[in-house]
Amino acid sequence: MDWFEFLFAVEVAVGGLLSGVMYALVAIGFVLIYKTSGVLNFAQGAMVLFAALTFVSLVEREVPFALALVVTLVIMGLLGLAIERTVLRPLANRSPMTLFMATLGLAWVIEGGAQLIWGTQVHALDLGISNAPFEIGGIYISNFDLVAAAIALALVIVLTSFFRFTRTGLSFRAVADDTFAAIAIGLRLNRIQAAVWTAAGVVALVAGLLWGARLGVQFSLSLVVLKALPVLVLGGFDSIAGAIVAGLLIGASEKLAEVYIGPFVGGGIEGWFAYVVALAVLLIRPQGLFGHKITERF
Amino acid sequence: MSAALETPAARPFMAAQGAAVLVILAIACLLVPAYASAWTIEAILLPFLAFSLAGLGLNLLTGYAGQVSLGSAAFMAVGAYAAYNFQLRLDLPLPLTFLFAALTAAAVGVIFGLPSLRLKGFYLAVSTLAAQFFIQWLFNKFGWFSNYSPSGVISAPVLGFAGITFDTRESRYLLALSVVVVITFLVHRFVNGPARINLIAVRDNETAARVIGVPVLRTKLTAFALSSAIIGIAGVLWSFTYLRTIEPEGFNLDRSFQILFIAIIGGLATVRGAFLGAGLIVVFPLLLSRGSAWILDGGLDAGTVQLTQRIILGATIIIFLILEPNGLSAILDRITARTRSLFAKITRGRA
Amino acid sequence: MTGLALTEPALLPERRAVAPQTVSAATRSQVQPVQGTRLRLEGISLAFGGIRALKDVSFDIREGEIRAVIGPNGAGKSSLVNVISGLYRADRGVITHGGESFAHVPPARLPGLGVARTFQNLALFPGLTVAQNIASGLVFRRKRGLFAQLLSLPKARAETRETEARIREIAGFLGLSEHLPRLVSTLPYGLQKQVELARALIAGPRLLLLDEPMAGLTGAEKTAMAAHIRAVRDRLGLSVILIEHDIGVVMGLSDRIVVLDHGEVIADGSPDEVRRDPEVIRAYLGQDAAGATSGAEAA
Repeated sequence: MDWFEFLFAVEVAVGGLLSGVMYALVAIGFVLIYKTSGVLNFAQGAMVLFAALTFVSLVEREVPFALALVVTLVIMGLLGLAIERTVLRPLANRSPMTLFMATLGLAWVIEGGAQLIWGTQVHALDLGISNAPFEIGGIYISNFDLVAAAIALALVIVLTSFFRFTRTGLSFRAVADDTFAAIAIGLRLNRIQAAVWTAAGVVALVAGLLWGARLGVQFSLSLVVLKALPVLVLGGFDSIAGAIVAGLLIGASEKLAEVYIGPFVGGGIEGWFAYVVALAVLLIRPQGLFGHKITERF
Repeated sequence: MSAALETPAARPFMAAQGAAVLVILAIACLLVPAYASAWTIEAILLPFLAFSLAGLGLNLLTGYAGQVSLGSAAFMAVGAYAAYNFQLRLDLPLPLTFLFAALTAAAVGVIFGLPSLRLKGFYLAVSTLAAQFFIQWLFNKFGWFSNYSPSGVISAPVLGFAGITFDTRESRYLLALSVVVVITFLVHRFVNGPARINLIAVRDNETAARVIGVPVLRTKLTAFALSSAIIGIAGVLWSFTYLRTIEPEGFNLDRSFQILFIAIIGGLATVRGAFLGAGLIVVFPLLLSRGSAWILDGGLDAGTVQLTQRIILGATIIIFLILEPNGLSAILDRITARTRSLFAKITRGRA
Repeated sequence: MTGLALTEPALLPERRAVAPQTVSAATRSQVQPVQGTRLRLEGISLAFGGIRALKDVSFDIREGEIRAVIGPNGAGKSSLVNVISGLYRADRGVITHGGESFAHVPPARLPGLGVARTFQNLALFPGLTVAQNIASGLVFRRKRGLFAQLLSLPKARAETRETEARIREIAGFLGLSEHLPRLVSTLPYGLQKQVELARALIAGPRLLLLDEPMAGLTGAEKTAMAAHIRAVRDRLGLSVILIEHDIGVVMGLSDRIVVLDHGEVIADGSPDEVRRDPEVIRAYLGQDAAGATSGAEAA
């Protein structure tokens, strides 16, 4: 491999890592809910679509950027609360698989609802971030991807410190660790659940804006969940750090595979390659890279 | 099987149920071909039969063996493409085409079922998406499977066997009906026979099942194989008797979800649930578009109807999971029981 | 395979009662290099992360013996059962079932080795009837394939009839006859415990692991369960490991008792020896030692 080929490989890998951050961002929405509710919330992708559609439609209706952001935030919070009330609470104490199936139905409701309200056309979303690539040491990096990754990282840091240093955050962790104990010491589970669903809504908004600016705001945005799922499986459903590492790993390996393996099999392998990577790792470590080792009690 | 090992729910209504099934079958075989309109057969009965079979196949895996799969449509695709290629390249007789398509789907099902030996629950559900995306990609990318059809859409050849060609609407219907009846009968026997213990044991408590010596791995793989084979045949019916075209896009993730919804709404771990669920999935959109046309005078545009369908169907899933997790099947049970007691009251009143 | 002699169709309770000695003697001479030892644990250690659940645990169970394992909460009792039944893998140590030694027993081999167990929090199959739950204990021995069953071949049918006869017998023995066709989840807790016992017994095991069989039972149910356990041993001649919390039950029922504390064996002997052991009194009964000891003496 000569120097230019090497640089090219690095460039591909860096591009992959940056999009990996974006995968991780969506995956974190899942992790938040999984940690407190024990649910794999398939509707997370629909929430991403809903958030982006709402925001872009407000902006198109001449609502100022900042106001649109606040309004969308409030709507996402309300959506999260509504889901918690109407879907999760009636299904409390049911098997995790039942809850999962309910979120499949929920995904259809939110996707359908978002498009029914705001229409099905594709919207362009301009966040004012330049998309011009710039060069560092011979490799080109997309400015947008870099800024997006930075925003995603900032969000992760904010979330992590929220859960580590604030009272609400700590009680969230208590719920995640031991629901019964949390109830016993008088934590109000419903309020915490609602807070978490709201937080997941916020994550969905950020993800929706970044992905929407990249791909255009349209139905296919809800399919970013399909990118996030292998990340989630690989990182472990309950680990934010896992989601980030797995996101980077999958982002990079996927792009490299597309460039170096793709041509031999006709291309387009990014739809499933991530799943193969995740499965291969899982067969060796069933709990994922960072998930808790599953110790069952009998 | 005699009394002690039977499932009680199946017994009290056995005679009545048997009679009901016979009546439905008689109507389906004799009256439908003679009197049903072209629209009824094409738009309702043919998709209903294919969907029922797919729902039945998935129910075997998810309802009975407890392994959630999000990749059913992929196995439909495997069945459809396998049947197409066996007909095209080997010119196999019809029953062998069905058999080989089922075997191909079963083999692919076992391969994608292998992760179930290590993974459970969500992890497994997510891993079945690998089947969905990989198989769809495969049929899209490699022209060989569709005989290098330039558009990627194949028109399915007319099936024929022993001098009969299934080219008319009625003959396609009868072919699909007989396939569905035979497979349903076999599945009914299978899930009410000794295999029931293996399947439900693995579903309800895998650890206990392993400790008492239920062959967990073999049970899971058998469930994957049989389920995929049945879903594969459903794919053959879907492509050859209903749509008469085959394309990868027809077997996408939405189709997989539809099949899962059929199984859930109909009632997991019941045979008739698949039929009830399929009936709802097929009839409901038709009702909605006709109903909206009637109420709103001129109706909604197709896109709006489709979105509304999506919302209502998604909500229906949630409502069923909350209010009636045992699905339409359980509701039917209650209705039967109530009708019976009402009927008993009337006859007693008269005497 | 040494387990072969154990998988002979188990003698039915009544018939077994006639000549338990001869049968177990025959079994012993075929598969037992160690005379009269059903199970032997040597130096079993197990840690979860940094927590040591079991430290160098060694003891044995003789043929036809009821052996209790007691200890305060978190003493490692359940970990021990799970190591014996292969659900946990010990970090060190050897387990000898009958004549075969293992570092780790594959759980799927347990029925073949003549080992059956119950679980602390019921591990029945709620979607099956009582009869089917009991029958699940025989699945490992089923010879006719699923397709033979599907086609209802004569041999498959004969196998089913045989299974049913066994279910009726064991159900009669444990007072479950009238409940056979009911869904197991509709039974009261006490009866569900009996069903689990029936499921464990139907294959005619040589060693029965009972993980807290009395937990959650009422006084009367406990008495009945104790009677069943004793009857099972007396009539079938099998060995029983009884993990229990309820000391009173254990004292009356067992031949020898192992006491665990913080994952270590702190005493091992007859109920009388154990009851008097100062170490046990301190560990197990804690601050209330004095009062409880006199209580135990009285019982």
